[in-house]
Amino acid sequence: MTAPTRYNYKVVHQFAIMTVVWGIVGMLVGVFIAAQLAWPALNFDTSWLSFGRLRPLHTNAVIFAFGGSALMATSLFVVQRTCHTRLISDRLAAFVFWGWQAVIVAAAITLPMGLTSSKEYAELEWPIDVLIAIVWICYAIVFFGTITKRKEKHIYVANWFFGAFIIAVAILHIINSLALPVTLTKSYSVYSGTVDALVQWWYGHNAVGFFLTAGFLGIMYYFVPKQAERPVYSYRLSVVHFWALIAIYVWAGPHHLHFTSLPDWTQSVGMAMSLVLLAPSWGGMINGIMTLSGAWDKLRTDPILKFLIVSLSFYGMSTFEGPMMSIKSVNALSHYTDWTIGHVHSGALGWVAMISIGSMYHLIPLMYGRRAGAMYSVKLIDLHFWLSTIGTVLYIVSMWVNGLMQGLMWRAVNSDGTLTYSFIESVEASYAGYVVRFIGGAIFFAGMLVMAYNIWKTRQLALANPLPADDLIDSNVQGAHA
Amino acid sequence: MDITDFRSLATVLCAIGFTAVVWWAYGSSRKERFEQDALLPFIEDDAEAGTPAQREEQSS
Repeated sequence: MTAPTRYNYKVVHQFAIMTVVWGIVGMLVGVFIAAQLAWPALNFDTSWLSFGRLRPLHTNAVIFAFGGSALMATSLFVVQRTCHTRLISDRLAAFVFWGWQAVIVAAAITLPMGLTSSKEYAELEWPIDVLIAIVWICYAIVFFGTITKRKEKHIYVANWFFGAFIIAVAILHIINSLALPVTLTKSYSVYSGTVDALVQWWYGHNAVGFFLTAGFLGIMYYFVPKQAERPVYSYRLSVVHFWALIAIYVWAGPHHLHFTSLPDWTQSVGMAMSLVLLAPSWGGMINGIMTLSGAWDKLRTDPILKFLIVSLSFYGMSTFEGPMMSIKSVNALSHYTDWTIGHVHSGALGWVAMISIGSMYHLIPLMYGRRAGAMYSVKLIDLHFWLSTIGTVLYIVSMWVNGLMQGLMWRAVNSDGTLTYSFIESVEASYAGYVVRFIGGAIFFAGMLVMAYNIWKTRQLALANPLPADDLIDSNVQGAHA
Repeated sequence: MDITDFRSLATVLCAIGFTAVVWWAYGSSRKERFEQDALLPFIEDDAEAGTPAQREEQSS
């Protein structure tokens, strides 16, 4: 007779492993298309290897497969650990896992085939959209159902962020994906013209705001205090910045449509709301970083904490850069240039990926019955940290340089009013930046391989030696288990 | 009431709502309670993480 397992770690473990797998796949595609921009011959004149088809594959893989798996692993872990109860349904949780993997595989097949609704970050065609909606609603039932049977009176702040992320993404996905199917693989959006563009960027920016921000702030509010072994800096600040963040983010989308046919006042509302957004964003960053107040020395010895805290620095940087870029006069220079790509990756690599990686290093050893953070090799975590940081910095600096240069070249005019540069001259001038970006991305990708190796060795170690005789990180949790 | 009135009303309601959240979060009578809430992740820690039954489930 065995004692019943208290928490459902099976689905957490599955999602955690797939986080690493899809991270490797998605980033490899990213590195490949980065190489294509430097050396266009790499499309091999094959349609399904062309940039236009692989780019949405890259974005879907890193956002929804890598990021989505990380969010599902951590949210289903945190909700159990802070509600002190098991998931409401193991079967439904298993359906969420396999359903989500089916969505990802369907995306990986249809996007290179050129099947797309052409909505950015919502490219998948209607049958897959329907599957996403079903899986997502089941995910919501598992998450909120578990909260309803919690043993603690209070719902911990991380769950508020996860909950907002789950509800908002359901609304955004369903409304933006409304379409009239023509055949199994072709549909038309129910919206048209400018309204279609506004709905799309209401969705698009809130995919950033709720998928890539609120969800990952949920990760931050659990894993930073746990890894630092101290409660969050200000619980009250977390309450205020939660409500401010979710109330303001939904209005920021129009900044993607500056100087388009969208009414001017709508653009201005989007810009104003984007600027206000700086305050709640930095509320989260300050709360996370200041949690280390009085224990900064931990950063010297704990590379997992380095991942978490540096990710918050990148979060602070990109949420400062974003509002600045939403200012119309700045946007006039930055829009359609590589600066935007640099900004996105400052958030995606620096914030989203690094906090996911940090939380996985904390969580995965627990899945093998080891102490939190007790990976096979701390040195390899440290190596991964430096590969990630250097890769991200190379990426964003090269894109800043390229972006500013492109913006300035495009607007340069001669004294007689003609353009100083042709478009292709700005492309030629971007070559060096594209090579540096490829190198930065490749370095970041290499870090993911180091992570996979470290996890593999941790698993082997745990199987060979079920009880952690010598923990490699000292006391990451209060009261080590027997 | 025209649309401008609705817009003004929405702005005023949002401002009141935000003020209410700040008042609620920073009210001195709730200080103790929030400090307790912040400790929630540390309650009843890893006691079960290493049970044999669990490892069995993980490795399967």
